[in-house]
Amino acid sequence: MIKVTAAEAARMAIEEAMAADPTVIALGEEVADPEGGGIRKVTKGLSTRFGADRVKSTPISEQAIMGAAVGAAIAGMRPVAEIMLMNFMTLALDQLVNHAAKIRYMSGGATSVPLTVRTMTGAGRSLGGQHSDMVEAWLAHTPGLKVVVPSTPADYKGLLYSCIFDDDPCVFVENSIHLSARGDVPVGLHAIPLGKAHIVRPGADVTIISYGRPMDDVKKVAESLGEEGISVEVIDLRTISPLDEAAILNSVAKTKRAVIVHEAVRSFGVGAEIAARIHEHLFGELAAPVQRLGMPYTPVPFSSALEKTILWSPEKITAAIRKTLG
Amino acid sequence: MARAKTNKAARPDVGAFGTAAAPALPRDKLLHAWRQMLLIRRFEEKAGQLYGMGLIGGFCHLYIGQEAVVVGVQLALSDGDEVITSYRDHGHMLATGMDPRGVMAELTGRATGYSRGKGGSMHMFSLEKKFFGGHGIVGAQVSIGTGLAFSNLYRANDRVCVTYLGEGASNQGQVFESFNLAALLKLPCIYVIENNRYGMGTSVDRASASRDLSQNGAPWRIPGVQVDGMDVAAVHAAAQTAVAYCRAGNGPYLMEMKTYRYRGHSMSDPAKYRTREEVQSMREHHDPIDHARAALLAAGVAEDELKRMEAETRAIVQDAADAAQSAPEPDPAELWTDVLAESAPP
Repeated sequence: MIKVTAAEAARMAIEEAMAADPTVIALGEEVADPEGGGIRKVTKGLSTRFGADRVKSTPISEQAIMGAAVGAAIAGMRPVAEIMLMNFMTLALDQLVNHAAKIRYMSGGATSVPLTVRTMTGAGRSLGGQHSDMVEAWLAHTPGLKVVVPSTPADYKGLLYSCIFDDDPCVFVENSIHLSARGDVPVGLHAIPLGKAHIVRPGADVTIISYGRPMDDVKKVAESLGEEGISVEVIDLRTISPLDEAAILNSVAKTKRAVIVHEAVRSFGVGAEIAARIHEHLFGELAAPVQRLGMPYTPVPFSSALEKTILWSPEKITAAIRKTLG
Repeated sequence: MARAKTNKAARPDVGAFGTAAAPALPRDKLLHAWRQMLLIRRFEEKAGQLYGMGLIGGFCHLYIGQEAVVVGVQLALSDGDEVITSYRDHGHMLATGMDPRGVMAELTGRATGYSRGKGGSMHMFSLEKKFFGGHGIVGAQVSIGTGLAFSNLYRANDRVCVTYLGEGASNQGQVFESFNLAALLKLPCIYVIENNRYGMGTSVDRASASRDLSQNGAPWRIPGVQVDGMDVAAVHAAAQTAVAYCRAGNGPYLMEMKTYRYRGHSMSDPAKYRTREEVQSMREHHDPIDHARAALLAAGVAEDELKRMEAETRAIVQDAADAAQSAPEPDPAELWTDVLAESAPP
């Protein structure tokens, strides 16, 4: 183990993947070293080590980046494309939704799209309405895409490595605050399976399901409630789609209570999908209605004061848990 | 300014259809081209019939009239060169050597189709023949084709990728993003704009401020030529120049093929935006297949020989149609396969 930032952990994953397989290439705005190796240095050093042909800085042309990555993927490469911020994904959604997600199906399985799209987002830094959105639910709504949201530096490494070697198009969502967070990361090969949730903390009284940056507070709340004698089971989804439904249902069947916490807007969000599945399967066994925490129905405001009010907090999470306990 | 020179020198005088002095094709190549064009024509006529009979559903965009474009370009390619196009794609598939049976079976949505009935007319692929679709979003194949060329550059494999687009698609934003990227990275991309004069029901004059689409890559210094797309020999000659330019590592190349589609945009388009006389005049005076047939006769090929080949072509198409109609529908379980690499019913 070494203690590094999530950005460095992600960089290690790409570097090890490139060293392991010559078909792994990286492209995106400013990803090569002459342009700085990525705005958060996630691709730093890679063009120097592996050559300018393998790590290409591109113009600010999201459609062309995504289209070129899809083309390279169907030609048998494993491109790691960077769309600098998740809001810019809107510009490339045609290629992602109409092509990357569907070519396998529309070709009757003849053509794989082993593409990884890295993107960064997250509220909490006063980046305003066009640089903060979590739109993972849009993507998860598209059959054929895998959507991965890591929450720790070790997971940044292990999940990104798995995305790169997955034969389906994966969107890997990095958090702009978390990228600077430090944590223990395994040295050498570290792959975490996609589509599997992580039971971070076993518990008996209530299940809390989350992913991404809110996981930090979720874990703290679970610990402090544990000191009060409330046993909280914590699930980190890691992969949003395909959803690890079994892990969720097994846990809630045991605890009879569930709270879902995410950063994205609550309406029509991932939490709604999870709550629906819990109700479909466990309605008669629930001891309380499922609780959802997410951003209110508003764009992300610029003002730091306003921004704080729309995000989750340990207090809000605690209150939601207590509500299920009655 | 070597590039600018290429740009000018490579442009033939194409004021109208059929007026460019086309270099002649050797007899065996012309014969091959004629047979390929004929196969596409007969195949498309049959697809039109099957559509009319309700055996083909959804959208179906016929290539009739434009055959010289894809056949002339394909003749200039080598094994391993990639091809990608839009939804008017049956001709491209046949030209790359894909099996007419597999294509017709896909048009009819059968289990034996190239995409096992899950792609349809607009979405078929063959890694073996280096055909990468079949795409239904106007202009999007241009970005993907640019990526295919990107992988060629990385692999230093000497291959070129031909990306076809219509003149309607030529105004899509991602086309210009791709032109810039391809020129910047010197990607081996040949962009072929098939200007059949109408983007659905809108004539090119009413859709494009650019009057010479071959120059749409000029801001990125992509050389471009206008070509008589109704003359397979002219297409072939221009394509040879383009392929040589790209294979030599000079970067992308653009060709505007002046062509014409005889049928509507799709089977559901009665094409009332143009006169019958306009279509009739094209068929009578500029048909690429008639033109090639006349050239073959003039070159001494016996008419009986051509008639024998015509009968053979009809038989190939009839066989594809018969096989498609007797092929099974996809198994319901197919619904769940190929969504992800390992997918299962929800």
